[in-house]
Amino acid sequence: MTGPVLDGLVPDGVVPDGVAPAGDPRRPSGRYRVRRFGDDAVSLRISPRAVMVSAGLGVVIVAAGIAALTTGDYPIPVGDVVRALLGHADGGTDFVVNSLRLPRLVTGLLVGAGLALSGSIFQSVSNNLLGSPDILGFTTGSATGALVVLLVLRGNAAQASLGAVVGGLLTGALVYGLSHRRGLAGPRLILIGIAVGALLTSVNSYLITRATLADAVAAQVWLIGSLNSRGWEHVWPLAVALVILVPVALYQGRRLAYLEMGRDTAQTLGVDVERSRVTLIAVGAALAATATAAAGPVGFVALTAPPLARWLTAAAAPPLVSTALAGAALVAVSDLAAQRLFAPVQLPVGVATGAVGGVYLAVLLLRQRRRA
Amino acid sequence: MRTVAEDGPPELALAAAGTAHAVAPVRIGPRGRHSGRVRLSGLMAALLALAGMCLLSFWVGANHLPFTVVWRVLWHDDGSSAALIVHDLRIPRTLLGLTVGAALGVAGALTQALTRNDLAEPGLLGVNIGASAAVVVGISAFGVTSPAGYVWFAFVGAGVTSVAVFVIGSAGRGAATPASLVVAGAAATALLGAFVNAALLLDTRTFDRVRFWDVGSLAAPGADALTATAPFIVVGILLAVSLARSLNALALGEEAARGLGVHLNRARASGALAVILLCGAATAAAGPITFVGLAVPHVARVIAGPDHRWVLPYSALLAAILLIGADLVGRVIIAPGELRVGIVTAFVGAPVFIALCRRARLARP
Repeated sequence: MTGPVLDGLVPDGVVPDGVAPAGDPRRPSGRYRVRRFGDDAVSLRISPRAVMVSAGLGVVIVAAGIAALTTGDYPIPVGDVVRALLGHADGGTDFVVNSLRLPRLVTGLLVGAGLALSGSIFQSVSNNLLGSPDILGFTTGSATGALVVLLVLRGNAAQASLGAVVGGLLTGALVYGLSHRRGLAGPRLILIGIAVGALLTSVNSYLITRATLADAVAAQVWLIGSLNSRGWEHVWPLAVALVILVPVALYQGRRLAYLEMGRDTAQTLGVDVERSRVTLIAVGAALAATATAAAGPVGFVALTAPPLARWLTAAAAPPLVSTALAGAALVAVSDLAAQRLFAPVQLPVGVATGAVGGVYLAVLLLRQRRRA
Repeated sequence: MRTVAEDGPPELALAAAGTAHAVAPVRIGPRGRHSGRVRLSGLMAALLALAGMCLLSFWVGANHLPFTVVWRVLWHDDGSSAALIVHDLRIPRTLLGLTVGAALGVAGALTQALTRNDLAEPGLLGVNIGASAAVVVGISAFGVTSPAGYVWFAFVGAGVTSVAVFVIGSAGRGAATPASLVVAGAAATALLGAFVNAALLLDTRTFDRVRFWDVGSLAAPGADALTATAPFIVVGILLAVSLARSLNALALGEEAARGLGVHLNRARASGALAVILLCGAATAAAGPITFVGLAVPHVARVIAGPDHRWVLPYSALLAAILLIGADLVGRVIIAPGELRVGIVTAFVGAPVFIALCRRARLARP
């Protein structure tokens, strides 16, 4: 079952119906319906509850989207927004909706989905509820890449995003390389990720201290994550990356449930553990890096969205679709709150997701106290 | 339980078995490389090294002073500019490094002993960032401007964070494991980091104040930071040393420690109090500095063996040497600029931590 060292933090309790009782996830209890297509060549396992949850999250996303597009300094009625989306609005409304609010909203949704998927992958591979890419230093590495481009190479914003992708991928490779020793141990991956992250945090602090105050305030966004002034130029690279990465993640994600059972069980069940891990870590790191490149290191989405989705769906295996939707909903709602609650001050979305993370850790804390 | 470095104390176990009739003295075999004379001469050598490091720290800096001049004005404050530099800048800075280093070293050894976890270190467990987040609140919300004010916020922050991290880290079945505590600390660090960033984004003036203190630096604070925090550090170190015997017993396991007459809860509470005093005061003085308390106790155990009556003084001395040395490196390496000491220690400490993790048999995946 779960690894002996970290079983304190493995799904137990926090995730009802966690991995523990699952035998072979291909033959779960009667909560699933299996759809087969074309002579059993393709079969899909569908859980009615997961469908309900996904639909509910979709409603949340749509509601947050409507609120984000209609409210603000320049309120626009829903009808006008729809007209603008269809391309029939006057110039001002068209500009506000299609050039300011919509790209921001879409960036947020994509960033949330990417981070949540990445978090689900890393939490399963490391077998630890807290083992998400933002804790393991991957997003810090992306920020380092962006800061090096901005402050050392004096590059522009687009080049900084590229630097963020490269930084995140290099960090992933470094963490994997350092923790790979006669097989990859989940705890070692986490600990080395934390150490590399701490190292990169001081690199980032150093880069900030050697900058001028104006540069430092601008670069500070790379330390916390923000959707302020995101345009279509941020959406397209991210969308293309997700179109490539998400199918891979969903396909490989079927192995996550096996990996959570531990290496020996997974191997017995016919999973090539090391190869699955390499692929999954590569996909997870790429997801986190591209999401961070678009909006900076938005914290705690990758940490909180997967357990949230799992709690809602009560699924035995990581419910990746619901997780992606939960991440998107989390970022959309957080960004709305960060923009509107302290208006006219526009807080970066990372502050709001940080608050979500704080609530989540406090819930963990209270559950422990109650059980103790 | 010491899953990481296999340096568990076998002599201790023997000593405990042999002295079952006695209550207090957990004697440690004086044979082998950890004999008293070796330990004492090692301690003397460390003291000498520390003195040499202090002299170097008086001597090296942005203003190139000849060593003879530094040596002369060190003893005769003749009012020259050299004397001003040495007495007003370099001596306070060095003494600050000494006290902060000693505090972090002892706090590290104490944390590792209390949690029986070789990967534990207050900085990694989020205690220092907790203290620093509280100080940021103090600066931005209450307008605190002096280290004497910082210190109280730092104590509160360190206390709250250490309790929270320990409870989250002990989550689930069984006791806190090496990895789960560190992960909980990392989560707390991320959360508090986001909070500090948010506070600073909303308040540019505080940002400029905190920007330098935030990374861990010995340059900015000056003499009043030293006088404001040193008393707490002295008290913390004394408290830690008074616990040395209990820590030795605790290394044998809870049952054995209780059997040897240790009040577990009292020992843990005083230990936690000492850690909070040490980390809070050190952070208030120099900002959050990570990793110093991690590697140093390991080195101390290699030299002095597992007896905490020796490990604690060794940790204090070696950590002071490390911190003053790191500060020196930071001054020299990108002269005329300065690399903050917290950055240098992270560069020294993170590889040590990674090496420990790689060596360790943590668990089967």
